[in-house]
Parts: sequence; C-alpha cells; structure tokens
Amino acid sequence: MLKKLGPILGLVFVVLLFTALRPGKFATADNFEIMLLQTAVVGTGALGMTIVIISGGIDLSVGSVVALTTVVIALLLNLGWPPVLATLGGVGAGMICGGLIGTLITRLKLAPFIVTLGMWGALRGTAKGLASEQMVVPPGSWLNRLLNTLAPEQRWLLVPPGVWLMLGLAVAVFAFLRYTRRGRHVFAIGSNELTARLCGVPVERTKLIVYMLGSGFAALAGVLQFSYLTVGDPTTAAGMELDIIAAVVIGGGSLAGGAGSVAGSLVGALIMTVVANGCTKLEFPNWVQEIVTGGIIIVAVTLDRWRQRRAE
Amino acid sequence: MRLEMRGIQKRFGATVALGGVDLNVAGGEVLALVGENGAGKSTLMKVLAGAHQPDAGTMTLDGQPYRPRGPHDARLAGVAMIYQELALAPHLTVAENIWLGMEPARREQRPRAAAALAQLGHPEISPDIRVAALPIARQQIVEIARAVAIGCRVLVLDEPTSSLTGADIEHLFTLIRRLRADGHAIIYISHFLEEVKTIADRFTVLRDGQSVGTGNVAGTSSGEIIAMMVGRQVAELYPRSPRSPGEVVLTINGLELRRGEVIGIAGLVGSGRTELLRSVKTDWRRTGFVCEDRQLEGLALELSIADNTTLPRLPAFVRPQTLESATSRWVERMQIKCRNPRQPVGSLSGGNQQKVALARMLHADVDVLLLDEPTRGIDVGSKAEIYRLIDELAVAGKAVLLVSSYLPELLGICDRIAVMCRGKLGPARPVAELNEQIIMAEAIC
Repeated sequence: MLKKLGPILGLVFVVLLFTALRPGKFATADNFEIMLLQTAVVGTGALGMTIVIISGGIDLSVGSVVALTTVVIALLLNLGWPPVLATLGGVGAGMICGGLIGTLITRLKLAPFIVTLGMWGALRGTAKGLASEQMVVPPGSWLNRLLNTLAPEQRWLLVPPGVWLMLGLAVAVFAFLRYTRRGRHVFAIGSNELTARLCGVPVERTKLIVYMLGSGFAALAGVLQFSYLTVGDPTTAAGMELDIIAAVVIGGGSLAGGAGSVAGSLVGALIMTVVANGCTKLEFPNWVQEIVTGGIIIVAVTLDRWRQRRAE
Repeated sequence: MRLEMRGIQKRFGATVALGGVDLNVAGGEVLALVGENGAGKSTLMKVLAGAHQPDAGTMTLDGQPYRPRGPHDARLAGVAMIYQELALAPHLTVAENIWLGMEPARREQRPRAAAALAQLGHPEISPDIRVAALPIARQQIVEIARAVAIGCRVLVLDEPTSSLTGADIEHLFTLIRRLRADGHAIIYISHFLEEVKTIADRFTVLRDGQSVGTGNVAGTSSGEIIAMMVGRQVAELYPRSPRSPGEVVLTINGLELRRGEVIGIAGLVGSGRTELLRSVKTDWRRTGFVCEDRQLEGLALELSIADNTTLPRLPAFVRPQTLESATSRWVERMQIKCRNPRQPVGSLSGGNQQKVALARMLHADVDVLLLDEPTRGIDVGSKAEIYRLIDELAVAGKAVLLVSSYLPELLGICDRIAVMCRGKLGPARPVAELNEQIIMAEAIC
C-alpha cells in the first residue's frame, strides 16, 4: 500500500511546503487551476510513456512528436480542415511515427533508446521542414481554448476541458493496463521478455502497439500544446521528453520495466509542476528551479528504491 | 579448529534467519553444509563473508577472534567465497580478475596469478586471456585461483557443480581434494547428497535457521541426512502410481509421447536435449514448457504469482480478482508457500518458483508437459513434491517429457528413457532395462 501512496505523500509534502512558505499566494483556487493546466501537456505525454516504460522501453522522441503535431494541426487548419479533422490528422501523424519506431525496434532488433534517439532528431527535423522553419499561424478555433482558464459561466466544468481530456485518457490507460490481456502482456514483456515469449505472448505485435500508443499520447499532448500556443511551432517542447520520463519515474515507474502506474505518473507530473510554480511564486530565479527539480527526481527515485528494499 | 562459529544469530526485521547456529571446520577438511532452500545457508555464509553482521554469536579463525566488518575484511583475513553465480568481470583478463580489489604491484600480478593457477594444477590457463573466452568450468577455476592467490584459510563453495557436467565435476573434486591436502578448510554447500557423500568428510545440517545435526559422512546414510533436512521422513522420494499409457499425443523426432506416460531424456549438457524440446512448437493450448533457467527465462520475477500463472491463458478482458482466485486453487493444490497470489514471484524460494512455473502449465490445461531440468537448484522437500505432482499428472492422463542431467531422478520417475548424444536421440526404453551405467555409457558414446 505504501508503494502506491509514496508519490502522493510526496505531492502533499511539496504542496504543504509551498503553502507554508508563501501563505495566501500559492494555495489559491486560481493557482491550483493554473497548475493543473500546466500539468496537462506533460501529464498526457506521461500516460503513453508509462506504457512504454512498463514494457521495458523508452521513448526519447516524444518532445519532437509534440512539436510535429502542433505543426501538422496548424498546417491542416490552414488548408481549411475543420478543427476535429485537423486534430485527428495530428494524432494520426503521431501514431504513424510510433508505428515506425515500433517497426524499427522489432524488425531491426535495435535498442529503443537508439531508435528513439534517432527519431528525436529526425522528427524534429521533419517538423521544421514542414513548417519551413517558421511558426505556422492558423485561423483561430475552439481548439485554442482547451487550456484557457475557465470563464465564470463555464464554472460548472470545474477544470478546463484539456484537463478533463487528460483525466479521461488516464482512466482509459489505467483500464487498458489493468483489465485487458494486452495490458497484462505489456507488464509481462517489461518484467521478463523471454518469459513472455515462452508463454506465447505476441511480443513483437505488443511492442508495436506500445510505441504507437506512446507516440499517440505524445501527439495528444501535442494537441494540448497547440491549444496553449495557438500556433504550430516546430521548436516547441524541446527537452519535454525528459520532463515526461521524469514524471513517470517519480511516479514509481522502473526503467528496467515491469513496474509503473498511471496514477503515479500523473502525480509525478503534478509534483514537477507544483515545484516549478512554487519556485516562481517564491520569486526564485529559473536556475534555482532547475536545480530543485533535478534534485527531486533523484530524491524521489532514491526514496522509492529504499522503500522497495525495505518491503522485501 | 580452523574456523569456529558459535551461536550465530541474525534477524531481518521480524524474520529470524539464523537462530543460533554452530559450525566448525578444521584445516585439511571438507565440511558439507546442507539444508533446504531458506534454511539459512546463504545467510550464514554471508555472515562468514562479512556481508552481514551477526546480531549475536562469536567467530574465531585459528583461535583468533574474527569479526569482519565487510567482504573486503573477510578476504584479507583469508575467507573466500565462491558463489553459484560466478563473480567475474568477463571483459577483464584472468590475472586482472584474480587481483580485482586487492591489486598488488602491477608487475607482480601476472606471475603470482600464474603461480596460483599452477598450484591448482591448471598451468595451461593463461593469466592474459580474457575471462569471457573461457568455458564455465575454467572460469570457476579462475575464481578458486583468486581465493588461493590471496592465501585463503577457509574456502566456501556454494553449489559449485550446478553449472558443470560429468567430467568437469570430477576435475573440480580432484581440485578440492588437492586443496584439502594443502591444508585448506573447505565448506561445501550442495543439494546433491551423492556429491556430499563423494567429497565431504563431515556434514552440518541447517533447518529453519538452526543447526540440527552434524556428523561424519561415512557413518550416515542419505536417508538420515534427508530426514534431518526436512525434519520428517520423506516417505517416498520417487512416487510411481500404476499408470496406463494411452493414445499418442505428440511425436518428436520419432519419439512418441503418450497420455499417462512420463518419458525421460538423458544426455550430457550440450547434447542437444534442450534444442530438441525447443523444436516443439509450444502453443499453450496443447503443450506447455518449463525451462531450465527460471530466473532468466521462466518467470517474470517482479510480477505476481497470479500474473505468472495466468499469462499463457489470459482472457481478452481481465478481472484481477478472478485471476487471483483461480491462482489460489493452484497455490493450495501445489502447496506453494506464499502470503497471497499477489506476492511477486521473485520473493519466493526456488522450489516454490518452480511450482509456479508448473502451475502455469496446469492453468493453461495443456496435454503435453515439456520439462527441462525442472528440479535444478531446488531443495529435497520441493523436489519430492514436484515428483509427486508429475506422477499425479501422468495418472490424470497428461503426457510428460522430462529432460534431466540427474539420473536418479530420471530412473525414479520415468516410464521410459531415451538417451541423447551429439544431437541424436536414441530409442526410448523401459526403465526396468536401464541403470545409471548403461545410460552414461550411451550418453558419452
């Protein structure tokens, strides 16, 4: 039980810490809404990364997929596509990238780190090429309002639609991992690929699906990022892959595979937002914030290992 | 006495791993340390090697108090451990491995390593060769040379034959006798009582963290030692109910597997036995497979017993509770010792892990069971339970194919045995027509 609660206790701790350090400024309803908004993009990407990391893999290309998706959506809107189709086009482009990654990993038998490191560069380049190395400015649409703070007449929504999107997807991923055969196969492959093979698990097909989902969720994060930017920007989300991986790892995911949880990854993403936001509220310069965030990753994983060893 | 351990106690949290163990070994003597998995052998040896600090008890080495603060301390004092999984750096040379962590002057390393290897009767192993280029048996000799080179007084060998076969085991025994003659005190840990009888002078039995008996190997029967290990009489190690072979369900290389029959395949490691089993397409609707390396291939150690058991036959949509209750039945039937089906397989003992691998086949409800060394490295009590289970399954109409290097077990539970040699499978003959000599003669063809 403690294993599940660890990241949540960490979140409660940082929230209480900043509430105490900055009374009246940090713990307000408005600021909590802003922090949820700030978490939506990384949180959505972390859902796919959770699946990838549980399977024992890694995906370094997600930041580039986010950028590529914003560009594709903006270009399609410029072509006159309705927002829904443009969104589907963006997500579809992301899943094609994932299909390519999965195929390279399973066919060429290359390490996921290498394949996705290559795709990290290649997809960023593709995004820049498609956008002619400029921002793509499309006509405005409702897509731009997914991550706006709620107007008074929308209060019944409680949180902005983009946050609901993340939460809905989280429930879907949770159910996939826990209640479907394919989801259990992901755990089995991550824990011991040879065993999975021995037991007749279709390892190659499952991995292909894993990377398609990983990139697919990165593309959905790209939809939210587009909504936030309102333009297609091929240089956006540089380094976001590391924030996403950090969220999963803080949430209890093991880079060795076989372990990780959806709730943990979202909490991990929230911890990083809270720290960034809290540091801003305390008027710390950016570099302090970066040091603190880096420290938290190491401390969180150390605590996690320590707890697991004690549990044994 | 070279080494005396007296009243050693060690607890981990609430678990008492060692509850007052006594152990003595003299120079020029081989002491066998036997006991079931989980009896405390590893913990005791880790205390000896300085990896664990005892909570109570005393140790003396040649009459001097011995309290190692860490493994390095123990090594300096002359206590050397050789673990089941060899602890060598494959990318380094033999000499570099021998001196790893001790590092005398660079120019002394080669000649002193060569001297240690020569002392063991293996001058042909070059100190300059990379360890990865040596076969397992040679790598083990390098480990022993590492112990000898630092002038060890007590040498502990933990299941040293588990990865060796026939001739290499004989070499190892010759080497151990040579070390004994040189006055080393040797502690030999093994599951194989035949080995204990061959190589050891005395034995000490551990059970549940207590030393429950010690004596001379010469005056004690295997049955008496087993009784001490399990704390009860094992009625029949190899049960064999009357079975009646039925229809043929699978043919491998001309070998017909029938329902209700247990067929054994004997042969040396490398004779192609495993490849033969692997050549059978396991679809888990009809044939199930238990492989020889549980940790590496057989089981997903971080996952739960339920996850491992149900993996080959998961429904498209999974209800965890359903899987757990289905698994509970197997846990009960096979007497898997665990807290609940959600416990990770990695936290079980070797014998119980293997039972999970067997439970998986039963859950998948296969007709044919392919078992590759299913009892390797597990304790006598669990072995007896696995044999009983194989017998039950055969009676229930399953076809069982058992590959094993351990002839007493093959002769004990099989109906027919075929011998494999250099990739060729001989005819399967009834056990009544066979004995160990005949099988060995065919295996080394």
